[in-house]
Amino acid sequence: MQLTSEQVQRIARLARLEISETEAAASSAQLNGIFDLIARMQAIDTTGIEPMAHAQDVSQRLRADVVSEADRRAAYQAVAPETEAGLYLVPKVIE
Amino acid sequence: MSFSTPAFATLTELSQALAAKKVSSVELATHYLDRIERLNPSLNALITVDRAKTLAEAQAADTRLAAGNAGPLTGLPIAHKDLFCAEGWRTTCGSKMLENFVAPYDATVIRKLHAEAGMVCVGRANMDEFAMGSSNETSYFGPVKNPWDSSRVAGGSSGGSAAVVAAGLAPVATATDTGGSIRQPAGMCNLTGLKPSYGVVSRYGMVAYASSLDQGGIMAHTAEDCALMLNAMAGFDERDSTSLERAPEDYRRDLEQPLAGLRIGLPKEFFGPGCDPAVMASVQEAIKQYQALGATLVDVSLPHTDLAVPVYYVIASAEASSNLSRYDGVRFGYRAPSYDSLDDMYMKSRSQAFGEEVKRRILIGTYVLSHGYYDAYYLQAQRIRRLIANDFVAAFKSCDVILGPTAPTPAFRIGEKISDPVQMYLFDIYTISVNLAGLPGLSLPCGQAAGLPVGLQLIGNYFSEARLLNVAHRFQQATDWHRQHPTGLE
Repeated sequence: MQLTSEQVQRIARLARLEISETEAAASSAQLNGIFDLIARMQAIDTTGIEPMAHAQDVSQRLRADVVSEADRRAAYQAVAPETEAGLYLVPKVIE
Repeated sequence: MSFSTPAFATLTELSQALAAKKVSSVELATHYLDRIERLNPSLNALITVDRAKTLAEAQAADTRLAAGNAGPLTGLPIAHKDLFCAEGWRTTCGSKMLENFVAPYDATVIRKLHAEAGMVCVGRANMDEFAMGSSNETSYFGPVKNPWDSSRVAGGSSGGSAAVVAAGLAPVATATDTGGSIRQPAGMCNLTGLKPSYGVVSRYGMVAYASSLDQGGIMAHTAEDCALMLNAMAGFDERDSTSLERAPEDYRRDLEQPLAGLRIGLPKEFFGPGCDPAVMASVQEAIKQYQALGATLVDVSLPHTDLAVPVYYVIASAEASSNLSRYDGVRFGYRAPSYDSLDDMYMKSRSQAFGEEVKRRILIGTYVLSHGYYDAYYLQAQRIRRLIANDFVAAFKSCDVILGPTAPTPAFRIGEKISDPVQMYLFDIYTISVNLAGLPGLSLPCGQAAGLPVGLQLIGNYFSEARLLNVAHRFQQATDWHRQHPTGLE
C-alpha cells in the first residue's frame, strides 16, 4: 500500500491538522515505511479470533445517579483560553 | 545534621533516616533541590522546579512526622513524570499544547502519594511529547541527556524520570508505560523500573495517550523501593473505569522468599539475532546467577512477538487519535493567536502546538479508523493482540516468570534514530507485547556493555507483582549492578 500526498492531506483534514505540501510529501514517505511494517499483520489468519479491546475481560461499572462532584467551574475555566460569564468562548459559528 | 545524604540513596535508606530523626524532610528536600539546581541544566531531566512549593510540602511533612502520624513515605522526595496532573503544578506532558497548563486537580496517584502518604514533590520530569517516543527526543522541552553518557539518550518516553533518579536528583520517580516507557529508560539508566498489570494503578488524572495500554508505575534504584512505592500507589479507584476491584496487597510480603524451584521461561524469540551480543552476554550472566539462586530454566515460545510492534502502532495510534481530539483550543491548552473560523481555530491550534511525532501518530490512528480501513487494520490488530496475549497464557503454564533483555542495545546516541521512525519503533520489540497483554513487567540492572547499563526484563503473570519484585530483589541481594552509578555526579 502506498499513501499519496493527497491521501495524507485528506487524513490530516479529518484529524484537523494542517499540513503543507512539502510536509505531506515527507510524511507520506515516512508513513509508508510505517505501513510497510504494519502490513506484516495481513499475513496472519485470524479467522474466528475474538478481537481483544482490553487486557481484562470486565464490564463497565455503573454508579448511582447522584451528584458526587462539587462545583469547581471557576477552577476548571481558569485554564481555558477564553471564557465569559461561565461560558467558553469560540469564534461565531452561525451568522 | 547528623546524616549526610548519599548522592544515590535509596528510598528505603532515606525512610529509615527520617524515621530515626537523623534528617528532616526539609533538609532532604534542600539537598535534592541543590543537586537539581547544579545538575539539571546539563541533563534537562526536569521541566518544572518550584523551590518554594517543594519546601512548603517538606515543612508540612516535618509537622506530620513530629506529630507522630507519618507513614513510611512521609517526607520522602519524589519527582513526577509531567503527565500526572497535580493541582497547582504546571503539567505539560512534554508538549507546547500544555506548556501553560496548570492542573486544576490531582491525579489519583498524586493524591495517594502526597495528600495521603505525605511525599514531597521536587519537580516535574521531562518526557517524550504525550509519551510518544522511545528516546525523549520528541519533548517540546528538548531531549534528556543520559547521566551515564551525555551524548546518549536516557530512553523514553519516561526519560526524564529515569535521568532524575539515575543522577540522584530524587530517590524515586513516577513514570508511565504504554509500550515500554518505564522499563526501557530504566534499562538505559541502570534503574529498577516496574510497570504493574493493567488496571492496578489508577489512570485518573494521567494525561491519556493509549488508554487500553497506559499504566502508571515506578522508577527507583531497587526492587525493594518499587515495592514500597507500589503499596502506596496501587488500589481500586472508582474514578478510573478500568481500575480493577481487587483486595489491597502488601507488595513487600514476598521480597525475601528464596528462589529455589522458581521456573524461569526463556522465550526463544527474545534470544535470537537482533540483540547486541554484549547485551546478550550480560543477560546470560544474569541467567547463571538465577540458576545459582536455585531457579530452573524452561524453554518457552512467544510466536507472535514480531507482530507486537505493528499491532501496537495500529492500536496505540488509533486510541491516541481519539484521545488527542480533545485538544481543540477551547477548554484548555494552546489556542492559535489568529484564525478565521471555528474550524480554522481547531486546525491552527492543533497544527501549531503538536510536534511531528504526535501528528504522525494522529495521522496513523485517523487512517486505520477511517471508513474502509477499520476491519483490515484496527480489527485485525485487535485479533492479533489476542494471539499475543494467548502466547503468554500458554508460556505461563510451564514457567513462573519470563526473562530476557529489556532492549536490543544499550542507550543509543542522541539523533541516531530520530529521523527513522520505523527503527525507533522496532527498538521496543521486547517490551511492547507486555502492554498488549496487560501483564506486569520489570527491568533491573544486570550488567554493562562498553560502560553503559544493560537492563534485564522480567515478565510476570497477571497480578504477580509481588513475585516479580521478589525475583528482582533476590538478584539485587546477590549482585551489585544496581549499586553502580554514573561518575562525576556525586
